[in-house]
Amino acid sequence: MGSYLDADLRLSRGDFTLDARLGAERGEILALLGPNGAGKSSALRALAGLVPLAAGHVRVDGHDETTTAVEGRPIGMVFQDYLLFPHMSALDNVAFGPRCQGAGKTEARRRAGSLLERMGLVEHAGARPGSLSGGQAQRVALARALAVQPRLLLLDEPMAALDASTRVEVRARLRHWLEEFDGATVLVTHDPLDAMVLADRIAVIEHGGGGEQGTPAEVARRPRTPYVARLVGLNLFRGNAEGTTVTLEAGAEGKAATVRLPEPASGPALVAFPPRAVALYAEPPHGSPRNVWRVYVDGVERFGDQVRVHLAGPPDLAADVSPAAVAELGLVRGKTVWAGVKAAEVESYGT
Amino acid sequence: MTTPSPVTAPNAPGRRLRARSGRAPWILVLPALAAVAFLVLPFAGLLISAPWPDMGQRLREPDVLSALWLSLVTATVATVVSVLFGVPLAWLLARAEFPGRRFVRALVTVPLVIPPVVGGVALLIVLGRNGILGSHLDAWFGLTIPFTTAAVVMAQVFVAMPFLVISVEGSLRGADRRYEEAAATLGASRATVFTRVTLPMVLPGIGAGAVLCWARALGEFGATITFAGNFPGSTQTMPLAVYMAMQRDPEAAIVLSLVLLLVSLAVLVTLREKWVNT
Repeated sequence: MGSYLDADLRLSRGDFTLDARLGAERGEILALLGPNGAGKSSALRALAGLVPLAAGHVRVDGHDETTTAVEGRPIGMVFQDYLLFPHMSALDNVAFGPRCQGAGKTEARRRAGSLLERMGLVEHAGARPGSLSGGQAQRVALARALAVQPRLLLLDEPMAALDASTRVEVRARLRHWLEEFDGATVLVTHDPLDAMVLADRIAVIEHGGGGEQGTPAEVARRPRTPYVARLVGLNLFRGNAEGTTVTLEAGAEGKAATVRLPEPASGPALVAFPPRAVALYAEPPHGSPRNVWRVYVDGVERFGDQVRVHLAGPPDLAADVSPAAVAELGLVRGKTVWAGVKAAEVESYGT
Repeated sequence: MTTPSPVTAPNAPGRRLRARSGRAPWILVLPALAAVAFLVLPFAGLLISAPWPDMGQRLREPDVLSALWLSLVTATVATVVSVLFGVPLAWLLARAEFPGRRFVRALVTVPLVIPPVVGGVALLIVLGRNGILGSHLDAWFGLTIPFTTAAVVMAQVFVAMPFLVISVEGSLRGADRRYEEAAATLGASRATVFTRVTLPMVLPGIGAGAVLCWARALGEFGATITFAGNFPGSTQTMPLAVYMAMQRDPEAAIVLSLVLLLVSLAVLVTLREKWVNT
């Protein structure tokens, strides 16, 4: 657990419950990744104090903020659609926080002005939020949050309000600003790309619970839930290992498939391999040691310059093949094929 | 059946081609025309039967001017008082959680539905010289409220403030509270949130409410005549003057009515541009 931010968030509203432990070091960017409605935003709002905790704690930089009112917390927050005050100029939006903290009007405006300058927004200082582009509004919102000199920066879906064409540039710039910030940052997103690019650590929030946490590389290489596996594009199976063989949990038809591993293991295990490691054959293949399953085609969709083939087993899996292979094998729905994966391509790890 | 001519906006820069969405059904058009006629005809009658030749001289009569001045001043003061007290009340009703909130809201709307003359009687019973509060005011401070200009304002506030409260409460409920949350995350206290964020955002609602409130106060009759009486110069507002004139000189009543009509229209049109259509 991080020591700079240490939060244990437990709350319930109606039939929704959240139970998540989050931590981040100073200077670290933690992404909360999860599907819509999983409780990411609730977690963020709980950190801000906008929703009360039923139990747990929020500690920032050694101070217990659990019962501190919103306006007293050392936080800066960037909301999903930024919520810039429409009746104030960009400059006054940014100066609002310093003013509330007791800075004089001149001092607050000077601080706001220098923040806007650093963000390349000097010429928009007098503009009303309504006349700013999405990327500019996001920067003003970030400047406004940073102007209160927070120790914890909270960003709620910072990319969601932007159109696809500006995202790449804005994402890179956001990464730059966040790296300069010396407190802890918590960022909520449903987009795995945002999480991978922006975050130092990822915490997956699913069904109101904190799931796996780790660096983007760890989460991407060894997913623990089907949701994360799908996000990072891996085939993921749960099973029981004995020697170099994992017996997968039985599918809907009750038949259990097995997977051969490169190295021996034992006990409950997760097995993951990428769809591009899967080769498809019209006839049962011979030769090199590989896992081969008899499956049939459940669906075919375009995926970049490849074609993703959804296969029904057991095991159910996805394979990425070239368009030429689709034509050659005549991959139409219902067709029976053999799917092969080299043991060396299979990653297995404890549950 | 007649063919209704296409309706264009009064300020439209020119006629534009638009897709026809079918004619308005007569079952709606006929009652609507009847309603318009019913609402407009009385005013036309006023204009037709006005004593135009000696209009100028009648307008210069001191009673007319003093009644008009009293009406404008009292309605404006009543509106200011209503805003000062009504906006905080609307905020409490819309934002604060307290026991009996629904009951308080119901109470606030009572003056909207009771006949104003009943309100005047109630005010007199409480604040009259022998009233529950009024007797103490008289004994301790030598203050007498009924039948003064202050009573005119109080009667107007009583009947008009609920319009403002309801209107402002509606816009507070409609305002996006997430802006208030954003302000709180920036360190703003609840009072600062109200003055710097909430208030500017509901300003159009307050403006609209104030216009309604002013118009209602300007037209107030029943509570005024009961609680404040009918003394020219101090409590005789325009509606009372119209009523009195009607008893002895209907032509004078027409003149007064036209003046009242013009002044209210002028004010409402001016403010409407500014507040209501934002």
